[in-house]
Amino acid sequence: MKDAATRDAYGETLMDIGSNTDIVVLDSGVSDSTRTKKFGQKFPKRFFNMGIAEADMVCTAAGLATTGKIPFATSFACFLLGRTMDQVLVSVAYSNTNVKLVGTHCGLAVGEDGPSAQMIVDIAYTRAIPNMIVVQPADWVETAQATQALVDHEGPAYFRLGRPKVKAIFDSSYKFEIGKGRVVKQGSDLVIFATGSMVQESLVAMEELAKENINVTLVNISTLKPIDRDIILELVPCHGALVTAEDHNIIGGLGDAVGEVLLDNQIAVPFGRVAVKDQFAETGTGPQLYEKYGLSHNHIVKTVKDTLNKK
Amino acid sequence: MTNAQMDIGQLEKTALELRRMALKIIFEAGSGHPGGSLSATDLMTALFFGGILRYDPKNPKDPKRDRFLLSKGHASGIHYSVLAKAGFIAESDLSDYRKINSAKFLSGHGHPKTPGIEIASGSLGQGLSVAHGIALGTRLQGFDSKTYVILGDGEIQEGQIWEAAMSASKFKTNNLIAIIDFNKVAQDNITRDLKDIEPIEAKWESFGWDVQRIDGHNMAEIMEVLEKPSHPEKPRVIIADTIKGKGVSFMEGKTAWHGVAPSKEDYEKALKELE
Repeated sequence: MKDAATRDAYGETLMDIGSNTDIVVLDSGVSDSTRTKKFGQKFPKRFFNMGIAEADMVCTAAGLATTGKIPFATSFACFLLGRTMDQVLVSVAYSNTNVKLVGTHCGLAVGEDGPSAQMIVDIAYTRAIPNMIVVQPADWVETAQATQALVDHEGPAYFRLGRPKVKAIFDSSYKFEIGKGRVVKQGSDLVIFATGSMVQESLVAMEELAKENINVTLVNISTLKPIDRDIILELVPCHGALVTAEDHNIIGGLGDAVGEVLLDNQIAVPFGRVAVKDQFAETGTGPQLYEKYGLSHNHIVKTVKDTLNKK
Repeated sequence: MTNAQMDIGQLEKTALELRRMALKIIFEAGSGHPGGSLSATDLMTALFFGGILRYDPKNPKDPKRDRFLLSKGHASGIHYSVLAKAGFIAESDLSDYRKINSAKFLSGHGHPKTPGIEIASGSLGQGLSVAHGIALGTRLQGFDSKTYVILGDGEIQEGQIWEAAMSASKFKTNNLIAIIDFNKVAQDNITRDLKDIEPIEAKWESFGWDVQRIDGHNMAEIMEVLEKPSHPEKPRVIIADTIKGKGVSFMEGKTAWHGVAPSKEDYEKALKELE
C-alpha cells in the first residue's frame, strides 16, 4: 500500500501478473503515460503498440480475444472511448469479446491539458453498453486487485484510472470483489457514495465535518456497473440522507447509478450530488479545477450540509 | 479438420448453387443485399470448398483452424449459404434468415452466436483490424493458422482500414490475407464517384503489403492466388476485380441491387440465369 496514481498501480500489476501468457497488452502510442511500457519491456512478444490508432487497437484486441488471449487495450480515456464508440459496441460488446478497455487520465484531475483531454462522460457511456462492466479503483491496493479480477472476469470491461497520485485508502487485508461496494469509514448522519479520486477527497471533507460533529459514513463504489444494490439499499434507509461524489459529468455517472436503485425501490430521502455540472471545464491544475468546478472537499462539505438540512 | 477440395469445374458448379441459395434466402426474407453477395460468391466458394480454409464444422472453435471473416457483413446472404453448404449450420436453418427467434441467430449481419462466424459485423472498416488481431493471436500460440478477411471496395474508404494496413505491415503479419471484393459499386454510387479508391495497388504496396490482383470470377485464377505461399514477412492483399450482382444480368453493376430483395418475378428470372 502506498500513495500513488492508479495508472502506476496498473502498470506495476501488469508486470507482476504478466507471467500469465494469456495476458496481452495493447497501447496506442502513449505507453509511457499509461504505464504499460514496462510490461512491453518485460514481455515484448505480448505487447502491441498500435501507434496513434485507437479504433484499430480496440478491434485488434477483439481479434486477439477470440484466440483466447486476455487483451488489455490501454490509452487515455478520452481517446480510448471517444474515438471508438462503434468499435466498442460491435467488436467488443455485441461480439462479447474478452477485452479489457483501460482508460487512464480520467476526469478533471488531468488538469492543464484542458477539456479535450478531460474525459467526463465515460462512465455514462460505458454503463449504457450491454455486456460491459465498469470499474474505477480508488487506490493502489484496489487497482492491483481489480486488475487481477479483470483477468479472471470473462467478458468486456472498462477500467477507469487516474493520472495524479492518490492516497492509500485500503491496507493489504482489503479484498476487492467486482460488484461490491465497501464501507471505508462508519458514521451515522448521512452516507457518501464516492468513486475513484473522490474517495480521498471525501475523507478530507469528513475530517472537517467531524470538527462540527457531523459524522458520515463513506462507501467506496469501485464497480459502477453492476452497481452494488445491496449496500445502497442497506445503508440509505438507515442514514436517511446521501451524497454521491465523482469526477465525472453529473449525467449518467455514479449519482445516476445510485439514484436508479433508489427510484426502483421507491426510496425518497435527501440526496446531494457532487459531480461536474454538465459543462466543459478549462485548463488549470487538478486541485484548482476541483475547486472551481465543484468537486473539491470543500464542495463535499457544503453538499453534505445542504443535504442534511433537507432531512 | 475436414478439407473439402473440389476441382475447378465442381467449384464453378458449387458457386452457381450458392448464388441460387443466397438469392433464395434474400427473396424469402424480403430484404438483404444481393449485389454484394453475388460479387463475393466465387471468392468464398474457393476458400471454403477449394481446400484453402482448414475448418471442422463439427468443431467450429478448433484453436488451430484457419479463420474467415466477412468484414463487408451485409453480404450475409452468401455467408450463411456457404456456412450451410459447409455444414456449420443446417440448410433448414436458412429459412430463419433475418427473422425473429432465428435458431442460429441468422441476423442481417453476422454474429459469433452462429457457428462458423468469428466476430460481429455490420459496421464497415472493423474487420481488417479484428482479422489482424486473430492473426497475431494464432501466431503467438505457435499455430500455422491463416486468417482471411473479405473487404468491400467501398469499405476501404473507412480510415480504420488504413490504420490496420499500417499495423499489419509493422508487425509483419504474413499469416493475414485480405481480399478486396472490388465490385466497383457501393450503396449510393459507383465507388469511383463516391470517393475514388484508386490507385488501389499502389496504395497497398506503399503500406507495405504483398499485392496480388486477379479476376475475382475466374475460379482458376482465384485458386492459383490462394494457393501461393505466404510472403516471408508481408501481409497479403488480393485485389479481386468483381462485378456487383455477378451472374444475374439485370443486377450486374447496378447500385439499385445493393440492398434490395428481388420481387417474385425478378427472383424467378434470376434463377433461370443461374442454372
